[in-house]
Amino acid sequence: MRKNHSDSCPPGAHHDTDVIIVGAGPVGLFAVFELGLLDLKAHLVDILNRPGGQCAELYPEKPIYDIPGVPLITGEGLTRDLLKQIAPFKPKFHLGQMAIDLKKRDNGKWRLTTDQGTTIDAPVVVIAAGGGSFQPKKPPIPGIADFEGKSVFYSVRRMDDFRDKRLLIAGGGDSALDWALALRPIAKSLALVHRRPEFRAAPDSVAKMRTLVAAGGMKLFTGQIKALHGEDGVLESVTIKTADGEIDYPCDILLPFFGLTMKLGPVANFGIEMQNNLIPVDTEKFETSVPTIFAIGDINHYPGKLKLILCGFHEAALMAQQAFRYVRPDEKLRFQYTTSSTNLQHKLGVK
Amino acid sequence: MSTAQDDPPDIILNVTTMDGEDHALVALEGWRAMEVIRDYGLPIKAECGGACSCATCHVYVDRAWLDKLVPPSQEEEDMLDEAFEVQDNSRLSCQILMTPELNGLHLCLAPGSEPD
Repeated sequence: MRKNHSDSCPPGAHHDTDVIIVGAGPVGLFAVFELGLLDLKAHLVDILNRPGGQCAELYPEKPIYDIPGVPLITGEGLTRDLLKQIAPFKPKFHLGQMAIDLKKRDNGKWRLTTDQGTTIDAPVVVIAAGGGSFQPKKPPIPGIADFEGKSVFYSVRRMDDFRDKRLLIAGGGDSALDWALALRPIAKSLALVHRRPEFRAAPDSVAKMRTLVAAGGMKLFTGQIKALHGEDGVLESVTIKTADGEIDYPCDILLPFFGLTMKLGPVANFGIEMQNNLIPVDTEKFETSVPTIFAIGDINHYPGKLKLILCGFHEAALMAQQAFRYVRPDEKLRFQYTTSSTNLQHKLGVK
Repeated sequence: MSTAQDDPPDIILNVTTMDGEDHALVALEGWRAMEVIRDYGLPIKAECGGACSCATCHVYVDRAWLDKLVPPSQEEEDMLDEAFEVQDNSRLSCQILMTPELNGLHLCLAPGSEPD
């Protein structure tokens, strides 16, 4: 139920830029900085609705101890500081969107298309997609795929789609609880199924849910879904296994909320050479098998590769040098230090 | 002939994969069970790398071994909510630290741990 980060561009428009970065995790964010020092503008696309990648989604509150010069920082803190560091370069974010297609145009530029109809053209593309795109975990219930998109949904795009339906929500986190509370007033009936009596969701939502259950406004099952029943993708009932045995519960819609997991996704179809779901690159420019497409961070592979944020930062710096040569072929690349260059200090807004 | 210089005996971690193959792995003391399984190249997603943040290293513990393990933390119990087909012997293998006392421990990889 989280809204898109406020700086995100509205979906569906067309943009031209110097570099498209697929993935707004820490390495994608730092790439904006290294490109920015060379006057290259960047647009970032990410399926999550806020920047930070794994740092934001998997471990926002976990301490990270191996960022050089930063003895301790959380995933959320690192994301916040990187955003501050790259703010002078005014990156454009396209959040909550999946990069689904990459094609070369007649003018030699790449066109990246998202699942929300956004198109971005640029001479250089940087894949900084980490472990792939975060997608909802799908319960391994036999035959569930037949119901997906008709009776089983992993997200709520339009609440009205569920008006006057018999809803069953599975899960014990904030998504499950928030949607249970939001959809209950418009649903014909609503039940929540969770594996144990305790919930990890915000205590306030849990208290509201328990009040509703006590008042008869919704049902709560402690158990797990074992089977789905129905035909042609139309759900009629589910079997819930509880400590007291199996229950057959009639419902029209199932909304499972078991968190997110990373899947490689459409990057595999971009025409870049892949090995074991990773993108082989050279260690001079971190360029892929396709010239002008680079891969940095956890998604790339080369001899000696370590999946560390600090390695991704290094890869971003070297990538930016070659990106400059592609984007500004007629200009001379000038290597400068932020400590001594007034030119760079102006770009950073500190002079 | 045994001397104080002898290497400590191996700690064996028995792992059954989701397609039913049995493997006997040599674990190092202090390693997480997940790390041993990953090090041997067995199919385990373990996508957060041991931060107890993803539930993709879900295992079932052989019941004979359950009471020899340090009980799960609140954080691990919460994270198990994102695994599937959770049972009373479900654990996250990144939260099991290998010790000599766990020599012979038997784990079965469980739903949600499958790599892509």
